[in-house]
Amino acid sequence: MGAQLRVYRRRMRSVKATKKITKAMELISASRIVKAQQRVAASTPYANELTRAVSAVATYSSTNHPLTTPSENPKRAAILIISADRGMAGAYSNNAVKEGEQLAALIRGRGLETTSYLVGRKAVNYYKFRKRPIAGSWSGFSDSPTYENAKEVADALIVAFLADAQTDVNGVDEIHIVFTEFQSMLTQNAMAKRMLPLEVIESDAPAPAGLLPMYEFEPSAETVLNSLLPRYIEARVFNAMLQSAASEHAARRRAMKSATDNAEDLIKSLTRLANAARQAEITQEISEIVGGADALASASAGSE
Amino acid sequence: MTLNVELVSPVQRVWSGEAEMVSARTIDGDLGILSGHAPLFGVLVDGQVKIKAVDGTTTEFVVNGGFLSVSKDRVSILTESVG
Repeated sequence: MGAQLRVYRRRMRSVKATKKITKAMELISASRIVKAQQRVAASTPYANELTRAVSAVATYSSTNHPLTTPSENPKRAAILIISADRGMAGAYSNNAVKEGEQLAALIRGRGLETTSYLVGRKAVNYYKFRKRPIAGSWSGFSDSPTYENAKEVADALIVAFLADAQTDVNGVDEIHIVFTEFQSMLTQNAMAKRMLPLEVIESDAPAPAGLLPMYEFEPSAETVLNSLLPRYIEARVFNAMLQSAASEHAARRRAMKSATDNAEDLIKSLTRLANAARQAEITQEISEIVGGADALASASAGSE
Repeated sequence: MTLNVELVSPVQRVWSGEAEMVSARTIDGDLGILSGHAPLFGVLVDGQVKIKAVDGTTTEFVVNGGFLSVSKDRVSILTESVG
């Protein structure tokens, strides 16, 4: 076997091995998307009921709760970025981090400082590499977050929010969240949303009949808000994490699918090259034999 | 008239359907809800939630805190975890 042919064969073997891995990862991700989607769907009733409740309470009670009242002189804003723990998912983590950068620039444009809370190793590494301060980071659960994970993150955010930003360096006046919305298997969007203070829609127009009735509060509107809002933030964070997890799997599946396709193309063109090299080798051998026989024949013809 | 009840936790919808009566324990004490109850929003403490379905069966759940909201015969119970 010629040297050229051997090189082609070796490269084909290596590409084939890579293709097996990417194909396996594609199939694993594909099966996990379905599961992640089901978890998003399962958490939706809770999130919807909670949102309904919060808007009802916040709209129809006159209490000025710190969680609903925007600070008059905001000083600092927290940004929570949800990214992946592992790579191999195309631009998934990068998109979330970039969206976070844009949001941070926007907030700084309003004259506020920003602090970063990060979920997922990819975002943490991005910040560490650039030696940026990190106010809080969590990782190790990006592909299947539990409610406890979300609670941990939400608790840290609420503590920072309740601290006075004017005097405490850890205190923040606003909380924004950057996550990847799962629209469909094919479309996922990195997006930024403000979580706190709540954007309570106070319209002059009468509320649609029957939608948000006047509630009696048990024991009082104040107490209800106090215990309702942390749950609301937790549910928002949890929902964002679940959507991001589904998006991560979808992005990984797509990245691995194109890697598998590319490997296939590469194998095809390498096969062609290897075949051409083999044929060239054979042609050369034949012409060498013919040339050799020719030389022998003319040599013996000359001696007689 | 029956109540349209939903008991949901962050990870799943635990119970949903038509019921005659729901009873739960709020901070202020035990509370029973029948059809036609005034709009109410209550904070639950750890304890039992009983749902008496239209077919007469009673289901009990142990909840760890949560909320109860009632409006127009629609009862939703939100809890962090159901035991």
